[in-house]
This record gives sequence, structure tokens and C-alpha cells, in this order.
Amino acid sequence: MTLPDGRAVVEAREGDGATLSIHGAAIGDRVYTGAITFFALCVPLLLLAIAWEIGVAGWPTLHKFGFGFLTSSDWDPVKGEFGAAPAIYGTIVSSIIALVLATPLAIGVSLFLSELAPRWLRQPVGFLVDLLAAIPSVVYGLWGIFVLLPVLRDPVMPFLRDTLHLDKTGLFTGPAYGPSMLAAGIILAIMVLPYIASVSREVLLAVPRSQREAALALGATRWEAIWGAVLPYARSGIVGGVILGLGRALGETMAVTMLIGNRPEIAASLFAPGYTMASLLANEFSEASSDAHLSALMAVAFVLFVITLIVNGIARWLVWQVSRNTSGRTA
Amino acid sequence: MTTATPPMSPPLRPTLRQRAFSERTVRTLKRRRIVSGLMLAVLIGAAVLAVLPLIFIFGHLLTLGVSSLSWDFFTKMPKPVGETGGGLANAIVGTLILIGLASAVGLPVGVGAGLYLAERKGAKLANGVRFLSDVLNGLPSIVMGIFAWQFLVRPVGHFSALAGGVALGAMMIPMVARTTEEMVGIVPVSLREAALALGYSRWRTSLSVVLRTASAGIVTGALVAIARIAGETAPLLFTAFGNQFWSTSLKQPISALPLQVFSYAISPYDAWHSLAWAGALVLIALIFIISLVARFATRARFATGGGD
Amino acid sequence: MATERSNLQDDVSLMTRHAATIEAPPRMRVGSLDAYFGSVHAVKGVDMQIRDRQVTAIIGPSGCGKSTFLRCLNRMHETVPTARVEGEVELDGRDIYARGVNAIAVRKHIGMVFQRPTPFPTMSIRDNVAAGLRVIDGAKWSRAETDQIVERALTRAVLWNEVKDRLSTSAIGLSGGQQQRLCIARALATEPTVLLLDEPTASLDPISTQAVEELVYELRSDMTIVIVTHNMQQAARVSDSTAFFLNGELVEMSDTSAIFTTPRDDRTEAYITGRFG
Repeated sequence: MTLPDGRAVVEAREGDGATLSIHGAAIGDRVYTGAITFFALCVPLLLLAIAWEIGVAGWPTLHKFGFGFLTSSDWDPVKGEFGAAPAIYGTIVSSIIALVLATPLAIGVSLFLSELAPRWLRQPVGFLVDLLAAIPSVVYGLWGIFVLLPVLRDPVMPFLRDTLHLDKTGLFTGPAYGPSMLAAGIILAIMVLPYIASVSREVLLAVPRSQREAALALGATRWEAIWGAVLPYARSGIVGGVILGLGRALGETMAVTMLIGNRPEIAASLFAPGYTMASLLANEFSEASSDAHLSALMAVAFVLFVITLIVNGIARWLVWQVSRNTSGRTA
Repeated sequence: MTTATPPMSPPLRPTLRQRAFSERTVRTLKRRRIVSGLMLAVLIGAAVLAVLPLIFIFGHLLTLGVSSLSWDFFTKMPKPVGETGGGLANAIVGTLILIGLASAVGLPVGVGAGLYLAERKGAKLANGVRFLSDVLNGLPSIVMGIFAWQFLVRPVGHFSALAGGVALGAMMIPMVARTTEEMVGIVPVSLREAALALGYSRWRTSLSVVLRTASAGIVTGALVAIARIAGETAPLLFTAFGNQFWSTSLKQPISALPLQVFSYAISPYDAWHSLAWAGALVLIALIFIISLVARFATRARFATGGGD
Repeated sequence: MATERSNLQDDVSLMTRHAATIEAPPRMRVGSLDAYFGSVHAVKGVDMQIRDRQVTAIIGPSGCGKSTFLRCLNRMHETVPTARVEGEVELDGRDIYARGVNAIAVRKHIGMVFQRPTPFPTMSIRDNVAAGLRVIDGAKWSRAETDQIVERALTRAVLWNEVKDRLSTSAIGLSGGQQQRLCIARALATEPTVLLLDEPTASLDPISTQAVEELVYELRSDMTIVIVTHNMQQAARVSDSTAFFLNGELVEMSDTSAIFTTPRDDRTEAYITGRFG
């Protein structure tokens, strides 16, 4: 077929050379495949590069102090003594506080949204909770310094210590300065709440209706149906969400740095200031003068990297497991 | 999913024991009802408690932030300690430059990786990359900052906007990759086949038909990722570092809103505290505008062909 | 009077066409073709000759491999993961599965229309029709030339009058039948030698179906058409020869009138008389 001006629309099929051309597009496809494969490989390469760069820089310290780096609580850059125990302790304790406070709330709000809330309320409440995840860490820190700390200092801490007599537990003793492990834990709780809640809500909404109906049909009350049928079904997914939240809490930097008090000591009381690995890095990294100090900080970063890698790996694996199971069951 | 129901026992005349049992059942039923009601109330309480912090934070941001906002805030440079007034013009511009840099790094790599994940759905490498990108997504941002310092600042010997942009861009990669994968995944296979049948090569099919069809969703995902990195502070501490002066050079340290909010918040001066609140408000507003645009882009998402 | 004359014309054209097909070599020739999905043997040892300027219909119960067979004719089958083809398919005497032959080039010469309309949602009606032109190697058309090609393709697809005033609007706004005719126009724009239709009316209403059938009937005057259909009446209405597939095998192929009146194979007879499938 030809155009009015006589040019062929498709290279004519007479003869045999032109019709089935062999070249051209195959090269484009190879370039394209190569390009997207390269971009995909950037992800593992980036992780490897991070591990390598930080690991190599922290190696002198890890090599010199060995396992003692994790257990010693001497952190003295001037004397060249580096033990990360207070930072590791603070990271773990502040994250535990966060999870203890956030998990029941997150599960509660997710259950409310999936089981109780009228349809018109679901979207806005879910949106508000998700919104918590959009607030930058530094804004949480700002709010913590000027709103949370004064409130903790005045009514809350004395109330816990003196009115409820919780000082006997050893966790709520000492002067109520404000900046403390407790303050960091509370702000972390607010920050990880949306992560736990969104995973929980997703998992709860995936629980088949038949689960609830079967329990209700057997004469269970609404709560019993939730407790006995819905929650067990969603349990491993929720656990995945909590561990995901833990991963966030472990690495959270700015808000914690602004509220925890930044003192490298291990104290039993939650009223006492502490340190986390992330806040240690944020505070000292730009001031590190000696190579030994810098290497010690790199070692801390490496430990933090490895811990969050493991925690996130477990969380993702759990969540995947659940989504694979539920999609298999409903399909 | 079938639920095992207990086999029905044949109807019998109620024995004494059974009658006692049923009375007890009525009593416990009442108790069970009360417990149920209480627990449901607790759930409602949890929902209220979960939303409260957000309301408080926004309340304070609005009351304290708005009162500190002025035209100067957007147009003036920071004043040295002791002088009142001044603004954060350089930090606002710096944040926009960093966002641009991050997008330049994160978007192409993220979209490319997402295309790979979507096109090689079951492949081993794709599964590995998908898993690792989720892991990368959960990496503490301060670790990314330290990596960027070691990689881009230490060899050069000084902080730079470029290092900050790269750190933020690297954080965008996993987010963009996963949304791209998802959006490309919902483009009907029939469209891909239609293009192939027209004599489109695979790369042309992917780029000019599939990716174009998924573009609205990918734009949304990219904006969400940008909104998330716009407020990041930790990766910038040792890379972009901050700058008291006007600078748009990519090779020099650059100011950013989150960095300014941080240093003003921990400063001892009241005037700087109000600037911190104003900065936080502007930062949140920026993030919200980006998120709103993202929502808008989602609404304009393509209608699939074929009319399901 | 008028009908008589057109009947006469039909008869004459039919005769000339027959005369042509007797002399001309087949446009496509399929030799012992096998197609697989993984370990599933979907098409088994099929031999077939597809004559030029005719409509060849392929019928059979669902799952009989007729769509797979069709997709082997323009190398679309291999785009599915784990899919595999063995055997020969010749277009004008050249094996399209020979080493070094580019599948993409093959598809530019053998157009295809699918069961569901597949307009590109991000493109206008005009760009949809011109979509295939953009990938023809070494050819560039001015806007005016492209417009000419688009108009001719749409006219041949009997869609021009319905869309000529909204060529720059989205193709998604068209009805299902219009979308399908748009897809046919898109396939026609590049002037393929052969047009493959994979149950093109399966998702259309009766009126749109009729429009597409009439179009297929018209198009045969200057191209080779292979149509897969699950609708025997459709095959009888539009095709010159018909092939019956069962369990991946070509059971019988002959002139459409013959196969529907005097099938040679018992299984064919069972199928066309509605005893199964």
C-alpha cells in the first residue's frame, strides 16, 4: 500500500530481504533490560555499600574493643575509651517504652476502625492516624521540648512518683527534670503508633467476615468474637506491624535527641536522662575530632544498621507471610 | 474457609444438671455482656487517645507558628543572635533545592527498579530486590546520613548540598520502586499485548504504553515519597549541614528548614524559638501541599481500557 | 432489481476470487506446528494453508487451542512466560520462526485484534490509530500525511463518520463497539499483509457485532484475514474457509459451505450440530 505521493507505508514485501528485518529493536530491548536490571541492582548495591563503608570505618574500634564495645559503659572520647552499652541500653529501653504505650493504642484504634466504627467515621479517623506518620521527626522534637517536657515535669512525673507511689518500683524515682528516657519513650510511642496501626488495620480488614459471623453465630458477644476469632486470625500480622514499629523506634533520631537528655549513663529510673545510638551519632558525629572517636561512632552506626536490618527483615517476613496466607485463603 | 461446628447432640430431656447449667449460663451471659460493653468502650477510648496527640500538635503548631509568621520570614535572611526579626528565606530555598536533588537521584532509579520488579514478577532476583528495598525503607535515616558523609563528604573534605540530596534521594528509591511496581502491575496485560501486536518492541511497549498508562499513579507515589523526605533532618546533619548565609551552590553547605528548626529549637533564645515554630509550620504546610497534590493526581488516574 | 444486480456482482467476484486462489500460492503456510505453555501441549502438530484475500475462520470449543494457534501466527504466543513453539509458519514463503527473524518485524506485517477492545487510554483517537506508524523503521510522516493515513484507516474500519469531529479526544470515551473498530483501524493503519482477529466480537453487543462482521466481510477484498470465533454462525457468515480445532488438533479444514453442510469428520459434525462444546 502506498501513500498518495507514492511512498510505501510499509517497506514492501517483494523480494525477501526487506520484509523480515533482523536488526534494530533487539538492541533496544537489550539496552532497556540492562538499564532496568541495573536500577534494580542499585537497591542491593546501596545496602552493600552502606554496610561496607560504615563497617570498614568502624572496624578499628570493633577490632580493638571486641565484644566489650557492646558491654562496656565507658564512653570517654578524651581518654579514648569507647563502650556503647549506655547507648544500646537507651535505644532498647526507649523503644520498649514506645511499644508498650503504642501497641495497645494502635491495636485499639485499628479494632475500632475495623469492627466498631460506622463507615463514615472510618476514613477520617484512619486518615488522622496516618497523618501522624507525615509529621517530621524534628517537629515532634520541637513539640516535645515546648509542650511535652513542661507537662511531664510538672503534673505527670510528680504524680507518678509521689501520688501513685510508683517510686517503689525503681522505675519512677529521682528528680523530675523533664528530658528523660520516659519523655523519649512517649514521643516515640506517638511516632510509631501510625506504623503499627496501619499494618494492624490492613490485617484486621483482611480477616474474612465468616470468622466473625461464625463466632457470633455460636453465641459469642461482640468482644468475644473480636478476642476469640478476629484477633487470633490477625495475630501474626499485628506482630509484624509491631516489629516494624520497633524498627522505626530503634533508628529514630531527631525527636529522641531533643528529649532524652543525652547522658551516656545507664540508670534504672525512667526519669533519668539517657542516650540512644541514634542520638549519640547526631550529637557527637560532627564534633568528633580524633580518628578513634570517629571510628567508634562509625562502629555505633554499624551496630544500629545491623540491628535495624535484622528487625526489619523479621517484620517484613512476618507481614509477607500473613499477606500470602490470607490471599491464599480468600482466593 | 469453613469453620468446624460441633456436631449437634440429639435432643434430650433436660436433666437437673443441665438445668443448673442453663441458669448459670444466664448469669454468666449477663457478665459477658458487661465485659463486652466495657471492652468496646475501651476500644473507643483508644481511638480517641490515638487521635489526641495529632490534635494537640496541630493546635500548638497553628497557635505558636502563625503568631511568629510574617512576610519577613519568607524573604529575609536569619539575623545573628541578639538582633530581632529575620527570616528563613535561605532555608526555604535550600529545602527546595534538596528536594530537587533528591528527586533527580531517587526518581529515575526508583522508577527503573520498579519497572524491573513489575516485569520480572516471579524471578528470584526480583523477589530479593523487593525484600531488600523494604529493608532499605526501614533503615534509620541517620545511618543514611553517615553513609553519605563517608561517601561524599569525607573524600571531598567539606559538607555539600549534593551529599544531602544524594542521602535523601537514596531514601526515596525504595518508596518510589514499590509504588511504581504496584502501579505498573495494575496496567492490564491486554494493553501490553496490543502494543506488542502492533510491532512495538518490548522497551517501547514498557515506556510509551505501560509506563505512560501508569504515570498518574507513579506521580502520586513520587510525591508521597517527596513529602516524606522533605521533613528529614538526620540525613542532613552531616551532609547539607546548614548554612547561615545565602547559598544555592551544590558544592557548598546549604540550609534547610528541618535543620533550622532543629538548631533554633535547642537554642536558648525565645526569638529563635518562635522562628522554630514558624519554620515547623511552614515545613508541615509544604508537606501537606505536596500530599494534597498527590491526592489530586490520584483522582485523575487513568480509566482502564476494555471497560471492566 | 438492485439486489439482483449486487448478487450477480457477488457471484462474479466470488468466481474471480476462486480463480485467483487456485492459481496463487497460499499467503501463509503452517507446518507441523506445536505450541506449549510450560508442559501443557496446547497446539498439536497442525498443518494449514491460509489463502490470500480470504477470510479463514477457526472454530472449536473453548480450550481447544484455537486462540493459541492464532497467536502463533504472529509470534505473540512467545510473549507469555514459559510459552514455546515448534514447527514452521511461513509468510509468503519465508519461515517467521527461522533463526535470525525478528518477532517484532513479523508483527508489523501481521496485525492483530483482541477479544477485548484495547485502545491505549492515554492516547487520543488519532494517536491510537497512528500508534503503529511510529514504530515503522526508517519512516517519518508529516502531520498531514499521518492525518491522511488515520482518515483512511478509520474510513476502512467504518468509524470515520462517528469520530471525525473528536479525533483529539480520549479513546476511552468511545463505546465498546467503537473501541473495537478503533483497534481494527489501528491495525489497518500500518497496512499489514494479514489481519488476525481473536474473537473480536466476544465482548460486543449484537449491533456492534454486526458492524464488525460487515467490516471483516469488506476487508477481505484486499487482505488476508484469520478470525477465531466461538460462534459458528459468525464463522458461517463471514468466512470463506473454516478450520475446526479440538484438543489442540486441527480436525478438519475446508470451504465454509462444505464444513457446515457436509463435514467429513464425525467430531466436526458433532460440534456443528451442537452435541458438545
